Amino acid sequence: MGGGGGTARKRPGLFVLLSAAILAGLGFTGCGGDDGGGPVELKWFIAIQPGGSIQKVAETCSKESGGKYKIALELLPTDASQQREQLVRRLGAEDPSIDLIGMDVVWTAEFANAGWIRPWKGADARAATKGVFPPVVETASFDGELYGAPFNSNTQLLWYRTDLVDKPPETWNQMIEMAEKLGRGDGGTIQLQANRYEGFTVWANAMIESAGTQVLSGPTSVELKEKPTSVALESMGRLSRSSAAPTNLTTSDEDTARLGFETGSAFMVNYTFAYGSAKENAPKVAENMGAARYPGIVEGRESKPPLGGFNLGISSYSKNADLAYEAANCLTAPAQQLVVTELDGLAPARADLYDDPKVKEAFPGFADLVRESIRSAGPRPVTPAYQDVSLSIQSALHPPTKIDPDDVGPSYDELKDKVEKGVKREGLL
Amino acid sequence: MSDRSKSERRLGWLLCAPAAIAMLAVTAYPIGYALVLSLQQIDLRFPDESGFIGLANYKAVLTSELWWTDVFNTVFLSVISVTIELALGMAIALIMHRAIFGRGLVRTSVLIPYGIVTVVAAFSWQFAFAPDTGFVNQLPLISDDMDWFGDRFSAFAVIIMAEVWKTTPFMALLLLAGLTTIDDGLYAAAKVDGATAWQRFVRITLPLMKPAILVALLFRTLDAFRIFDTIFIMTAGAQDTQSVSILGYNQLISRLNLGLGSAVSVLIFIAVLLIAVIFVKGLGTRQPGSGKA
Repeated sequence: MGGGGGTARKRPGLFVLLSAAILAGLGFTGCGGDDGGGPVELKWFIAIQPGGSIQKVAETCSKESGGKYKIALELLPTDASQQREQLVRRLGAEDPSIDLIGMDVVWTAEFANAGWIRPWKGADARAATKGVFPPVVETASFDGELYGAPFNSNTQLLWYRTDLVDKPPETWNQMIEMAEKLGRGDGGTIQLQANRYEGFTVWANAMIESAGTQVLSGPTSVELKEKPTSVALESMGRLSRSSAAPTNLTTSDEDTARLGFETGSAFMVNYTFAYGSAKENAPKVAENMGAARYPGIVEGRESKPPLGGFNLGISSYSKNADLAYEAANCLTAPAQQLVVTELDGLAPARADLYDDPKVKEAFPGFADLVRESIRSAGPRPVTPAYQDVSLSIQSALHPPTKIDPDDVGPSYDELKDKVEKGVKREGLL
Repeated sequence: MSDRSKSERRLGWLLCAPAAIAMLAVTAYPIGYALVLSLQQIDLRFPDESGFIGLANYKAVLTSELWWTDVFNTVFLSVISVTIELALGMAIALIMHRAIFGRGLVRTSVLIPYGIVTVVAAFSWQFAFAPDTGFVNQLPLISDDMDWFGDRFSAFAVIIMAEVWKTTPFMALLLLAGLTTIDDGLYAAAKVDGATAWQRFVRITLPLMKPAILVALLFRTLDAFRIFDTIFIMTAGAQDTQSVSILGYNQLISRLNLGLGSAVSVLIFIAVLLIAVIFVKGLGTRQPGSGKA
């Protein structure tokens, strides 16, 4: 203590310096300029794929552009909710550093309604949708306009053990009976995705669609006809309370399901990656792995299998939108879709590619089944309030063990009530 | 006031100013902004539908069953985990205080769990308790099929274990600081008077440590009430294990409903303030040292 007055007078100078440093720190934002010659850099935000197909197609298209653009990758996590989180935060802040967006099929309405992505028109739109499955085009459209170029598709099949099951079941009820007859110790369990996350919405939606109704009939109108919805809920409740339900039913996801199948379950509904995984991790199981159409609800009525995949959107805040459309058209061209199928086993979005040997090799013996499954798939609801609707479905029906198969009335009422609130974005979720 | 003390006082303010300005910029401004947002209908997905709606967001939150379930969950988790942490932390502090050899090593190794990132710790515990790949179900007396995260209270049990494991060291360190302030002469005198070990603990250690205990409890309770990471990793709020912070996250980040989400955040902030006020005023927390009677 007790410095001389002289030093005290000097301190304000220090103060000014410090404040200036802090203010400079606060106000300084990194805006990298990328002027100058050379190709324009287009930033593509998309989920990472383990086989390296994203890097490969980005490289091919950059090369094919003849120096017009170069695609730089910003790879996102594999989890769809985390991908969306990272994107919406940037888009909500009008971040100009995004050009191309790999959009999960359920984001289109939300992104389009918020004005984050640009519509596709004319020749670009025609090129993007040529030969594409109608349900896939539906997932890329909102309000009568196309908002994305389908990049890849995905669907769930029924996987079963040919050494334990003679003939694959056609409905969930048949499958539950067959599994119960086999018995828990002998593979009599059904693997599926019923944790409280987007995968649960996928399952519930497929059940409701397959029963002959749908969650929404328009962006803000709830359908959920009572009779078919109740039949779907009966099957969900029945399975959850049956010996055919795996012990980790209420925490199961795609990965626990494939692990359960690889270690002995006779039945599983899962995406096509499950085949490659079994071949690698459980070759003996893979030898006896049969694929069939996703089970239905009512005998005689075909199921509406789940639909996944990515569409490419063009950010509204992109400074190089013209080039971005061009790049997106290249990235979703048939040749690139085949590369993605070859390297990562993802289903092409264009129906006419399924006769290509590369697709037949990626889906040995079940390429036609995948094509048929995508063609007749039941997409999840298209609405700008999709997150709210999905959370409402999860909140109403999870855990599925609470659905009483002998009296689904209360579950139906709760589902309808919550979805109605969800689509209006009311209340907490 | 002399010229010199005046100029020293001014210098004091000037030296504080950068820190105060920085605090205002990074704390007061966001809190104020959250308050303003909480009075609006504002949803990033519906940019054209925003406007001032008064207290409607608060009404929506406070009349929601979900909010009260989550408040219960949060209070339940906080009370149980802080209680266990206090008991364990006290035991560890006493051991560390009495340790004759390897003091530095003991203190450092006790701190390791606290140094691990919460998300990493949560994943480790989740993997350990996973029914398919974890080792816990292989242990004797535990059913091989036990789905720990499939039921509300077994999930709470794992969450509490992870929290206690992670933050007990913090509690122990704060308590150790309190222990070291006690004069050893008091114990010696009590021994001469024939006090038992338990009497010495209850009559000397606890009263003299009261300020340190209350500070430790306050810090941990405030922390525990905002629990997010562990639950987010383990159940993401499934099976009714959601905390108020996860509820806020769902509204803000998943739904982009900034109005409703900010209302939840402001309510959490008020709850945290209330906890602090109760501790400071109600239980008479004073700075260590000033509480000695």
